[in-house]
Amino acid sequence: MEATNVLMAGFGGQGMLLAGKILAHAAMAEGKEVSWLPSYGPEMRGGTANVTVCIADRPIASPLITTPTSLLVMNLPSLEKFAPTVGAGGLIVVNSSLVHRDPKREDCRVIKVDARNVASLAGTERAANFVMLGAYVAASGVVAPETVEGEIAAEFTGPKARHVPANVAAFRAGLDAGRVDAENAAPQEQDA
Amino acid sequence: MTKVLMKGNEALGEAAIRAGCVHFFGYPITPQTEVPEYLVKRLPEVGGVFVQAESEIASINMIYGAAGTGVKCLTSSSSPGISLMAEGLSYIAACELPCVLINIMRAGPGLGGILPAQSDYHQATRGHGHGDYQLIVLAPASVQEAVDLMMLAFDLSERYRNPVMVCADGMIGQMMEPVEFPTEGAGEPMAENEWALTGCEGRERRIVNSLYLSPEDLNEHNKKLKAKYDLIAEKETRHEVYGEHEGADILVVAFGTMARIVKSAIDDLQSEGVKVALFRPITLKPWPYKAGRATMDALAPDAPVLTVEMSMGQMIDDVRLCADGSRRHEFLGEAGGVVPSPEEVAAKIKSLL
Repeated sequence: MEATNVLMAGFGGQGMLLAGKILAHAAMAEGKEVSWLPSYGPEMRGGTANVTVCIADRPIASPLITTPTSLLVMNLPSLEKFAPTVGAGGLIVVNSSLVHRDPKREDCRVIKVDARNVASLAGTERAANFVMLGAYVAASGVVAPETVEGEIAAEFTGPKARHVPANVAAFRAGLDAGRVDAENAAPQEQDA
Repeated sequence: MTKVLMKGNEALGEAAIRAGCVHFFGYPITPQTEVPEYLVKRLPEVGGVFVQAESEIASINMIYGAAGTGVKCLTSSSSPGISLMAEGLSYIAACELPCVLINIMRAGPGLGGILPAQSDYHQATRGHGHGDYQLIVLAPASVQEAVDLMMLAFDLSERYRNPVMVCADGMIGQMMEPVEFPTEGAGEPMAENEWALTGCEGRERRIVNSLYLSPEDLNEHNKKLKAKYDLIAEKETRHEVYGEHEGADILVVAFGTMARIVKSAIDDLQSEGVKVALFRPITLKPWPYKAGRATMDALAPDAPVLTVEMSMGQMIDDVRLCADGSRRHEFLGEAGGVVPSPEEVAAKIKSLL
């Protein structure tokens, strides 16, 4: 497979680093080489946080990626900063609950997911990150959904295990949202 | 053995335990704080000792004391903290005590910034404390190599009775990658020896001391240390060559994270038919001069050597020593936490052909 380099970005606390970790775990469980590189600059509360996950069949050379193949954005600052960096033919998943602007990338597949509402309907608004991850997994096929679900279950252990059902439900709702939207998201056919 | 996904800093902590280290003294500083954070949880599980000291100066002197009693011990810090440890390191090296320290380099000088850098190269290989002493300095380029070199660091420190530094940048510390630990559980403690202060009942007193008031004695001590450093330089250099260097039109020299970024650039350029190779020192001290020179000698006759660093140019001094006038030198570097991208490295390489 072609190397997948996905950048996941949002406000601190929106869970993109955790979603990236789950994705890295899932790819690793499927025998892929992975790296998970977070931004760790000094940020104020509510500042931006992002992570780059590289997935490949061969050892990953540079974990530092300037042209990601996919982008997941939770907020507007992340869209504005990173949408122009995605490689042509890439995939952009936008959290339309908070981002009302178009990425203006006619050469990319753009999927808009109302992540907060989808997460709320699935059980908890706080799992919007897993809705985004679900939409991305459905649209990219980079890992099997069942593998991700297994890794979500493995992440929340002990007293946190009670969060597993809601997060898996949010992930599944995200899968559905991604599948539906992916059908309308081919390059060149994006509405403005 | 199964692979686990771990942050570089946490993997370094676990590797220390697998190497038999159960004594840690340190003080928090970004971007290495996950090392003590991991060990404060993990060390009690293996009967270990964790002390958060009041400063880096205290940490290194606790290491001095612990190392003197013949236990495997570790401290960890980042650039400004390592500067504070300079005096203690000189004493420890003078007394020929084994210990391991981690420097997860951040951007300097001064308080600088917390983003990754390689600007402590001179400090690690030339500088820190006073006097004629050397560290062994190991530079990992991945989380797995950080684990492997951590295990090696404890071996080398014990074998040569010398402090060993594992020198990585903030990116290695913060990044998660799959790792495999070569052994299960806590490793073996340090072997019985002739020098550790373990209580002298029933035997001759042993003394750990770095004060030599007789110039002749101190001269002898320095010569003994020098002989040891020469032996280390002869036996312990490590390096990697990436890409086909025979007849290559350019050689890139880089270490740590920077070397991985160069590898991506090389992969892209090779698909365009560019003949380029990478020389990556794994031991920054002793620097692999012999292997480096052999690699340079195999290049095309007029091929330049490009050193790429996350600094304003420090390792390039060793690259120049290695080439000894035989090659044209070029440099690419950024500082302050700015990391040259694979695209920038590739563009620089192309501009030199």
